[in-house]
Amino acid sequence: MTAPQEKRRKNKGPLVVTANRLWDGAVVYRTADGTWSTELPAARIVTSPEDAERLLESALADERHAIGAYAAPVTQDSGVVVPANLREHIRRNGPTIALPSPRVSEGSANVRL
Amino acid sequence: MYVYDDFDRTLVVERVNEFRDQVARRLSGALTEEEFKPLRLMNGVYLQLHAYMLRIGIPYGTLSSAQMRTLAHVARRYDRGYGHFTTRQNIQFNWIKLSELPDAMAELAHAGLHGIQTSGNCVRNITTDQLAGAAPDEIEDPRIFAKILRQHSTLHPEFSFLPRKFKIAVTAADDDRAAIRIHDIGLRLHRNEAGTTGFEVMVGGGLGRTPYLAEVIRPFLPWADLISYIEAILRVYNLHGRRDNIYKARIKILLHALGAETFAREVEKEWETIKDGPLKLDADVVEEIRSRFHYPEYDIEPAGAPVTVAERSTFAEWAENSVSAHKVAGYAIVTLSLKPEGGPPGDATAEQMEAVAELADRYSFGEIRVGHDQNLVLPHVARRDLFALWLTLDRFGLATPNVGFVSDIIACPGLDYCSLANARSIPLAQELTRRFRDLRRIRDIGRLHINISGCVNACGHHHAGHIGLLGVEKNGQEFYQITVGGRADQHARLGTLIGAALPYDEAIEAVESLVETYLALRAGPGEKFIDTVDRVGLKPFQERIYAD
Repeated sequence: MTAPQEKRRKNKGPLVVTANRLWDGAVVYRTADGTWSTELPAARIVTSPEDAERLLESALADERHAIGAYAAPVTQDSGVVVPANLREHIRRNGPTIALPSPRVSEGSANVRL
Repeated sequence: MYVYDDFDRTLVVERVNEFRDQVARRLSGALTEEEFKPLRLMNGVYLQLHAYMLRIGIPYGTLSSAQMRTLAHVARRYDRGYGHFTTRQNIQFNWIKLSELPDAMAELAHAGLHGIQTSGNCVRNITTDQLAGAAPDEIEDPRIFAKILRQHSTLHPEFSFLPRKFKIAVTAADDDRAAIRIHDIGLRLHRNEAGTTGFEVMVGGGLGRTPYLAEVIRPFLPWADLISYIEAILRVYNLHGRRDNIYKARIKILLHALGAETFAREVEKEWETIKDGPLKLDADVVEEIRSRFHYPEYDIEPAGAPVTVAERSTFAEWAENSVSAHKVAGYAIVTLSLKPEGGPPGDATAEQMEAVAELADRYSFGEIRVGHDQNLVLPHVARRDLFALWLTLDRFGLATPNVGFVSDIIACPGLDYCSLANARSIPLAQELTRRFRDLRRIRDIGRLHINISGCVNACGHHHAGHIGLLGVEKNGQEFYQITVGGRADQHARLGTLIGAALPYDEAIEAVESLVETYLALRAGPGEKFIDTVDRVGLKPFQERIYAD
C-alpha cells in the first residue's frame, strides 16, 4: 500500500530528507555530510527540487543504514527548523498521546494481586 | 486451549531461526530492503512512523495465561511496557528494534506465539467469536475448524503469494460476534434441517476504500468439505484476482466484478476436481484436533453462593454490564474492558497483562480471549468468584462497565503510530470517552458502537459502526467523515455517509449531537440507537449536524 508521503515528493518550500534507521526504526534525518542524525536541527535543508532529488537519491542508496527515505517539508519557527505538518511532528516527537504506563506497581516484573 | 505438538513447536522455532539469519543478512547489507521487506512482512514486522511494529497472531483469539505473561515480558523487555490488541485478535508492539526482533520472537516461540502470516499477501490470522467454547448459543466450538483452517493455510505453498491479504472469520452461533460478513471468507457453522453440521460460506466481504459485505455462495457446506472448498475459493482468487492494481486486488473486487453467481460457479467447477481427494476431512482428523483443545474441568456444583451486594453498587453495575451467560451452570463469561476513560482503545500495560494472566489462573482455568472489539475476556469464571475477580480488575483499571456502550470505542492506532494514516484516531476516542464518562448516562444511551479509522484502510472498521468516523487530511488539517447505521453483527450493514467531513473539534460535537438526537427521537429507553436510525432514517441526524 502506498504510504501518503510517497505521493508527495513534489513538496514546495524547504525540505529535509527523513527515513527510519535500519537497526531500530528510529526516525532520522539526512545530514550535509551524508550521514543520518536523529536530530532535526542537524538535517540538511534544501529548497530546490533538484537539490531535494539529489539528496533523496543519496539517501535511498544508503539503505544499509536507513530505509524508507522521502522528502519532508519543514519550516522555520523563530529561527528553529521544525516539522511543517502533523505527520512529521509526530514522527519527530512521538505520539501525541500519553503512552500507557503502569497503574499499580511501577516497574515490577511480578504483579502481586 | 489448543496445546502445541512437536510439529507446531518445531515449525515456529525453525521459523525464528530462519528469520534470525535473514535479519543478520539485512543488517550486514547482504540482503537489500527490497529483498528483506517481504520476508519481514511474512513474520508480521512492519515499519511504522516511529519504529518497527511487530504483530503477533492470537489464533482465534485464545491465549493461555503463560502466553499472556510472555506478551507482558516482551512488552517490558523489548518494547515500552505495553501492547495494543487489534480488531483482528492480534497484538501489536510498536517500538521493537529490528536487531532485537529475533530474540523477542524466540521468546514468543517458546510460548507458542508467532507473527507468521500476520502480514503479507497470504491467509492472515483466522478469527472467531471471543466467547467460543463457552457461549450458550453456539452449536459447537468453532475454534476446532478455525485451527484446521489455520494449519492448512500456514506456509501453504500455493497461497503464500496471493494477489492481496486474505482474512477468514468463523462463527458458530446465530449471534455473529466475529463480524464474518466483513471478511474475505465468512463461515457460519450451523445445522441444516436434517441436523447435519456444516457451514454457510460467504465470500467477498471487506472494508477499506471499497467496502462490501460478503455474499453467500454456498448456503450449506458439510464440514468434511471445508478444506477442499476453501482451497477451491483460494485457487479461483489466486487465478483471477487482479495483480495490476493494489487497490483492486482483494477477493471482494473479483466477486463483485464477476457477480456472486458466476464466482460461485467458478468455485464449484474448481471444487469438483478436488472435493473427493485428500483434502476431504475425516472424523479422525477433526477429533485429533479437538483432542488438542483442553477444556476446563468445571465443578458441577460450584460451592458457595454469589456475594449479595446492594443493587446499585458498583460491582452490580459492572456485573450487569460485563458478565454474560456461560453454557455451564454456575459459570459466567467476563469481558474486561480495555476502554477506560481517557485511555487508548485496546492498549494494555505489561502490568495489566500480568494481572490478567494471574486472574486467569485463579478464576478462568488459565484461559483468556481477545475480541475483535479490542477487549479481553475471561471465559470460564465461576459465579462465586465474580466479586473477588472484580475487586482486582478494578484495581488494575480493567473493570470499566462500558462493554457495548458508547465509550466502548473500537479505534485503529491512527496517525499517532501508523504510516498509512491520514489523521489521528486515538485522541478522538479518548475525548469521546471523557464526554461519555457518566456511567448512568451511557447506560441510559444503551448499546451504541462507535468505530474510528485513521484512513481508508478502515482498520477501525468504521464502515461497520453504528457511528463511524474516518479521518482524512484536508490542507494539512485533520477532518472526519461520519457514517451512521453500520452494523457488524448478523444483520451486517455498511454505514451511510451523512455529510461533509468535519474538523476534529466539530467531529467530537457531532457525535454528541447524534447521541442527543437519538435520545430525543427514540421510542423509549428500550429502543437502541441503531433501531432508532432504522425507524426514523438518517435525515433527523443529518439535519442536526448540518443544519447550518
